[in-house]
Amino acid sequence: MTGSRSFLARLREGDEIARLVTFLFAASVVLITILLVYELWVNSALPRHKFGFHFFVTSVWDPILDQFGALPFIYGTVVTSAVALLIAVPLGIGAAIFLAELAPPRISDTLQFFIDLLAAVPSVIYGLLGVFIIVPLMRTVIAPTLIKTLGFLPIFRGPSYGVGFFTAGIVMAIMVIPYIISVSREVLLSVPRDQREAALALGSTRWESTWKVVVPFAKTGIMGSIFLAMARALGETMAVTMVIGNSPKIAASLFAPGYSIAAVIANEFTEATGDLYLQSLVYLGLVLFLLTFLLNGMARLLILATTQKGSKVTA
Amino acid sequence: MTDARLQWRKFVSNFMLTMTGLCALVSVSALFFILGYLLFNGGTSINWAFFTQLPKPVGETGGGMANAIVGSGKLLLAASAFGVPIGFLGGIYLAEFSGGFVAAIVRYAADLLNGVPSIVIGIFAYSVVVLPFKHFSTLAGAFALGLMMIPITLRSTEEFLKAVPSNLREGAMALGASKSKTISTVIVPAAYRGILTAILLALARVAGETAPLLFTAFGNRFWTNGWTTPTASLPVMIFTYAVSPYDDWHRQAWAAGLVLLGLILIINILARTILSRGIAVPRS
Repeated sequence: MTGSRSFLARLREGDEIARLVTFLFAASVVLITILLVYELWVNSALPRHKFGFHFFVTSVWDPILDQFGALPFIYGTVVTSAVALLIAVPLGIGAAIFLAELAPPRISDTLQFFIDLLAAVPSVIYGLLGVFIIVPLMRTVIAPTLIKTLGFLPIFRGPSYGVGFFTAGIVMAIMVIPYIISVSREVLLSVPRDQREAALALGSTRWESTWKVVVPFAKTGIMGSIFLAMARALGETMAVTMVIGNSPKIAASLFAPGYSIAAVIANEFTEATGDLYLQSLVYLGLVLFLLTFLLNGMARLLILATTQKGSKVTA
Repeated sequence: MTDARLQWRKFVSNFMLTMTGLCALVSVSALFFILGYLLFNGGTSINWAFFTQLPKPVGETGGGMANAIVGSGKLLLAASAFGVPIGFLGGIYLAEFSGGFVAAIVRYAADLLNGVPSIVIGIFAYSVVVLPFKHFSTLAGAFALGLMMIPITLRSTEEFLKAVPSNLREGAMALGASKSKTISTVIVPAAYRGILTAILLALARVAGETAPLLFTAFGNRFWTNGWTTPTASLPVMIFTYAVSPYDDWHRQAWAAGLVLLGLILIINILARTILSRGIAVPRS
């Protein structure tokens, strides 16, 4: 009895209306997300049925003959991301260790502020700098030096045009470093203080306590930051499109021009004629979505596991 | 013997710690390198015409990007009008009204949306806005950008509302205020600085997005009337001009890059230092 009266009272005061309105807005976020997955799925039906698994293992991309194989793009995405991570992971983790373990809080916060600004630089600006600075530098300095010194490796062989997998990897590396630093720093800071103090008390040097105690403690979280960076790298579009060379070929040389999944969508989507062509590009988008979905999910679990481990030990 | 071993360990320690400092220095210097190059190349190519004139036809030098600057402004305005209310009101629901299960689903969807690559957001906006209307438009571009603002606004509204001390809430309730009254007159005003910061950061983030605009807002070399026709925007102009073969266009790409980055960094610095004094800014 009182229930219905208080319900009416609350209704009059607007609580139920406020609840309903805010609920509708919150629910729309879920609906939009479901709609996104649905649209990607439905709009890629043609190539899914026509090519099936062959889509991922064939390398002919010919809109005129209606033949679509995504292997060159997948290869390009994987190779450029690998190059990017090989450069960004050591640099990023090193910097994170410095910020979390060594630098005084004031300096650490100031540097972190700059890192946050670096993360805010848009992708197209990185592309602009890539086109006009890194590409010429690659053609005239970096590639010739590497060919001369490490030319016995097949990945450093062949002519360099400036654009290519390696250039794209370098630009991508600069872009993902801020993410690795920010997340790794936070994870390292969540390692309980007594872990460090115990190691130092046992006579280890500062580096030994960092490398043998703190970093292993934070290992899963740091892995999480790497997965996060990988997800960013896979979905990175503009900067890569501008420096990868846009040629759908698979080449062993890192200096050869290539293509990536995101770049081919960016370049060909507006020009795609015919349903199969367009839907093949949407299919590539679906693949990209699923990959980043998996990587982000894993990253979140790993980071959560580490930070909770830290708070559990302290408590 | 043991002395030598200790010396070695100390040397390794100092060496590795110096290396980590070097890593930090290299990473941070990338920012100043980017800024310096843009200031140098953009500063020498920027002029009054850049802000006031339309792009000249291909082959003629000179002209500016006035239409792209206005286009970007319109896109951001419409994107905020779409993304901010959903994020803000949804965030209020999460923080104040929801039970655990619904909130978990909404949070999960928002995190999922936040991780979607921007080019995929572009495909989505193309299939739900461009295809039904049968042409590229400002609204389609704004839809794509607004989508990217939702998760950031939603999660930070929730966080800042939850951070409001509970005695404020209880005080208002004790005075007899209804829940909606408490939220609108006590809790939201207490958290507004944090929320505003987050919205500004979200705006700065989508201001530089190019990929979702390529096949939604498309591009336009003239003024755009209204909201339902293709429009130019600064990021897309930078892209087209940078990959073009003309020197004069390269010059303008640098100028546009300087304007865009300057705008984004100023919003970031303002939001992070002035507005959020004393508030921890969550990273997107």
